[in-house]
Amino acid sequence: MSQAALEIESLSFSIRGSSILRNVSAHIGAGETWSIIGANGAGKSTLLKCLMRIHTGWSGGVRLFGRALTSYSQRELARRVAYVPQPGGDQRFPYTVRAFVRMGRYAYSGLFGTTHPDDWGTIGAAMARANVEDFAERTLDTLSGGERQKVFIAAALAQGGDVLLLDEPTAFLDYRHQAEVSKILNEINRVSGATIVTVTHDVNAAILTGGRVLALRNGRVAWDGPTDELACERRLGDIFDATFRFIDDPVTGLRLVAPQGAAV
Amino acid sequence: MKQFRFLPVFLIVSSAVLLGAPLVGGNVVPLSAVFNPGPDDPAAMIFWDIRFPRACLAWLGGAGLAAAGMVFQAMFRNPLATPFTLGVSSGASLGAALAVRLGLGTIFMGISAVSVGAMAGALLAITLVYGLTRLKRNCSTGAMLLAGVAVNFFFSSLILLIQYTADFHDTFRILRWLMGGLQMVGFDAALRLLPFLVLGAAVLAARVGELDLLTTGEELAASRGVSVGRIKTTFFILVSIMVGVVVSTCGPVGFVGLMCPHICRLIVGPDHRRLLPATLLFGGAFLVACDTVARTVFAPTELPVGIFTSFLGGPFFLWLLLRPPKGGTLSI
Repeated sequence: MSQAALEIESLSFSIRGSSILRNVSAHIGAGETWSIIGANGAGKSTLLKCLMRIHTGWSGGVRLFGRALTSYSQRELARRVAYVPQPGGDQRFPYTVRAFVRMGRYAYSGLFGTTHPDDWGTIGAAMARANVEDFAERTLDTLSGGERQKVFIAAALAQGGDVLLLDEPTAFLDYRHQAEVSKILNEINRVSGATIVTVTHDVNAAILTGGRVLALRNGRVAWDGPTDELACERRLGDIFDATFRFIDDPVTGLRLVAPQGAAV
Repeated sequence: MKQFRFLPVFLIVSSAVLLGAPLVGGNVVPLSAVFNPGPDDPAAMIFWDIRFPRACLAWLGGAGLAAAGMVFQAMFRNPLATPFTLGVSSGASLGAALAVRLGLGTIFMGISAVSVGAMAGALLAITLVYGLTRLKRNCSTGAMLLAGVAVNFFFSSLILLIQYTADFHDTFRILRWLMGGLQMVGFDAALRLLPFLVLGAAVLAARVGELDLLTTGEELAASRGVSVGRIKTTFFILVSIMVGVVVSTCGPVGFVGLMCPHICRLIVGPDHRRLLPATLLFGGAFLVACDTVARTVFAPTELPVGIFTSFLGGPFFLWLLLRPPKGGTLSI
């Protein structure tokens, strides 16, 4: 087993008495790619927010590179872990792409919001890797959903962390942008060895990404294993309360799935 | 430093307004009376003892209210969120009116009981509005502004109650003060404001990165490394102090915190490293200019400046509410 980036032990979390996560445990190795899957309301996004300490007050233990997550200051945490929120929503961002990506370096900034001259190199490299340089001076509000998502990834890369948490990064994107975002994430994992944890609804996206899967159902871990073992009728039925057909892809050799309907 | 090219222009215009406004009025003060006054020159006395101290007070009050509005707009991600619209000015007014009504003349460490009452009232209002919005998950901006309206109504009724139980003299004093006014003689009032506003501006300057990130949302701010709870508490206390001290001196001058940050955002953009100095300089000059108009338009009768800022602010509020959203600005 590789060195652990994240060790999650019996993580439980409630919001106003309503239990969202119950005894979730997982061992996420450094440099691994994980997909967190599950039906709506299974607790996937909440788990990501607990790991980023956007949600606090959870019980259980989480260790980041061997150190208790709670012992990190928020700035220290942001230097090790970056988070890309779910796309969509009606929130507006009046900043230019370059200014927004610069904010990714907040955890390294000085008093009065100053950016260290060396940081501009990191910001430029993050923008190049996420392929957003062409619209660097446009405001985020003028970008398409796909372009905006790449900017969010660039800002997360500018944070320079070892772990990247992404909440449905390809949701609402067209096929071209889905493919582009997936390619960027694969490259990040391959080139810099970053640990990538992605929340997704899309079982095929998880299978095509490879790595491991953490499946949640009603806030509990329903299954945890390699993606090539996910395409199993009973397993997916348990996770999603739905029935599936299976299609063997002759190009990748992978077994992909197509939903059929709700389980009776 | 390319990004700070605007600063000299703002600095020159703001200084010009601060120094030029005291020349204007029922009696125009000639420049010779300012720089080369004769013995007991009444024009020089009007400038140095009455109008210039008043302009300084207006400048500091305007800068403080505008900066407080800028902080609220960043924290609540809404251009309509200001100390006035969210009931914070009402809270400060209530605290100050209560101190006046109870005849508290005590001074703690150079701070009057009226100022302390205003700061406490401002903090109470912020806590109430924020607490009300936190009670409801995914609280919309509309609900937050309505919470502000509710707090405004509640505090206004308490102020009316204080006025009702006060004698004729106190009632008149409170009423005139509630209209917002800067009719002070000498530099004392301005000097009382100065340390609070310097402190407030310094803390905000040190925290511009957090203001930028809060504008993008609390979740994103936390993920970039901001301790959201701690910084919001800092800003709440800071804004309470700034609004409380300004309101206790100048009265609840409305809409400065609404108009100035928004106009500056249109000129220098949303980056708070630029927006903060622009807002301070513009807010100061704006209230000096408003006060100059208020004291000259019906000269020799002087209007309380709050009447004039509200006269401008009402239509501005409606414009913000009805305009189509545009890139580069905060959405409603």
